[in-house]
Order: sequence, then structure tokens, then C-alpha cells
Amino acid sequence: MNTLLAWLHAPWPWYVSGPLIGAMVPLMLWIGNRSFGISNNLRHLCAIVQPRAVGVDFFQYNWREHSWSLVFAGGAVLGGFLAGVVFANPQPIQLSIDALTMFSYWNVPIGGGFLPPVLFDFNWLSLLVMFGGGILVGFGTRYASGCTSGHAITGLSTLQPQSLLAVLGIFAGGLFSAHVITPHLFSIFW
Amino acid sequence: MRFLPYFLAGLAFGFVMIKSEAASWYRIMEMFYFQSFHMFGIMMSAIATGLTGVILLKRFWHPRTLEGESIVIPQKAPGRYNYLLGGLIFGLGWGIIGLCPGPIFSLVGMGSIGALAALAGALHGTWLYGLAKNRLPH
Repeated sequence: MNTLLAWLHAPWPWYVSGPLIGAMVPLMLWIGNRSFGISNNLRHLCAIVQPRAVGVDFFQYNWREHSWSLVFAGGAVLGGFLAGVVFANPQPIQLSIDALTMFSYWNVPIGGGFLPPVLFDFNWLSLLVMFGGGILVGFGTRYASGCTSGHAITGLSTLQPQSLLAVLGIFAGGLFSAHVITPHLFSIFW
Repeated sequence: MRFLPYFLAGLAFGFVMIKSEAASWYRIMEMFYFQSFHMFGIMMSAIATGLTGVILLKRFWHPRTLEGESIVIPQKAPGRYNYLLGGLIFGLGWGIIGLCPGPIFSLVGMGSIGALAALAGALHGTWLYGLAKNRLPH
């Protein structure tokens, strides 16, 4: 019992979490021929709240047909609560020495959890950065019709060439901003 | 009851997003600087498992879905620029906020205010795409 609890609280190594994430692909197919992915819910949420008078046609469809997807996202929210609050990891995150050195060089203090307080705690500047980055994530995932789960995991494991294009784009964009923008971002905070 | 399997699958997915630390901004930066094998290990083992699982499902076990249909893998719509450019724009955001949509949902469940701001941004970005869709190359 105690070992099970300790295991639920600890972070899981890549060779446990990776296969569990990958198993989502056959699982969703088996449940109901669904493509595993989550970012479509951003579109459904827009469709739910868009007033008829605004009328952007991309959001005019019967979102109720996609209720299963919204339920999946609801499950992910609760899963996050369970893993991050109920079974929270009491230990600080175990990063590589190189990463720790880099973060101290960037002037990003490592807090108790696995998110940097400078970006994720309540502060108008951080909220603005997170909101702005969120706009890129939302715009890009819908433009590409999918995110890391829909393209890198589902698309690549079902051998779809469109997903390979998306993954190349995602990685190129991420490399660029992580190297050219993010290191300089923190000078605005201090 | 029809939705229960989706709810449980989502629950497992959200749980693993946190436990794998794929929802950690630090882990994503570490990945983009090639400083640890962790995230690459997750990606590669996930793809290998997905691939094996789908082959087992299609070639050997070929069950019916829970709703009684035969298994058909949904195909991505044809296109080129939308996948590449959309991916690029998403990647630009990912390299800054260190969150992709899966972690955004699970971190909102954890009560992260930063993830909530990212979710609000992502909804606005999605809406902007809907507005601009017909003027973009696909």
C-alpha cells in the first residue's frame, strides 16, 4: 500500500509515461474510432460561446456531436487535479545539471513545484506573457489541425505524412523561440 | 454512460501529463536545448507504443469498437502549408510558455493561474484563426 502511494506521488520515468501516452492511440480507436488529440476542444469551446450574431462560420457547427471530446478534456482537467494536487510530488523536479545551470543563468529561480513561479504565479506581466504565448498556441494548433498529441503521437504512430510536416514545423518554431526569445524574456521581469 | 470511457481515458491522460512532467515548463526548455533524454524518451516510446498498438488492433486482434463498429483509422485532411505554418506558429508559442494544449488542460485542473491565462490566450488564438482562415494558405 505504501509503495503504491509513494509511486503515485513520485514523477514517472519516461519509459513508463511514454508508453502510457502512446497507448491512448489504440485506446481511443477501440473506444469509438476516435483520433487521440485534445486541441480540437479549443474550437468546440469557441463554438459553444460564440453568439449567433458574430457568425464566424468556422465555429458554426453542431458541437454537441463532439461531446465525447469535451468529456475527454474534462477528464484531463480532473486527472491534472489528481496528479498535481492529491498525489502531488513532494520533491523538487530532478532536472539535468545543464538545465539547472541554464536556468540560473537566465535568472529563473526554481521553486518547489515543476513550474517557474516567475511565469506561472499571479503577476500581470506573467499573465500577459502566458496569454500572448497562448494566442500563438491556439492559432497554430487550429491552423495545423492538431497539437503534440494529435500530430506527434497519433499522426506519426499512424504514419500520416501531414503530421510529419506539422511536427517539423512545431519543432522548428519551438527551437527558434526557446533559443532566440525565451532567454531574453526574463530581463523584463527583474 | 456512453461517455464514461472517454472520461476515464481523459483522466488517465491528464494524470500522465503531470506525472511525466511533460507539463513542466522546465522540461520543455530542457528538451529544446537537448539537455536531457527525458522528453525525447517520452515522445519516442509513445510513438513506438502507438504504432505497435495500432498494428495489433488492425492486424491481429481486430475487435469491434465499444460502439460496435469495425476499426477505421481517421485520416488527416490533405494539405501542406497549413500543417507546416500552423505547426511553426504553435511551436513559437510552445518554446515560450512551455505548454502545449494537453498540459494546459491538466494544469488548469491543478489550479495554475498561468495555465489559465494560457488557456484564455489559446481560445482567443483559436478564434482569430477561425476569423482569418479563408485568407491563409492551406
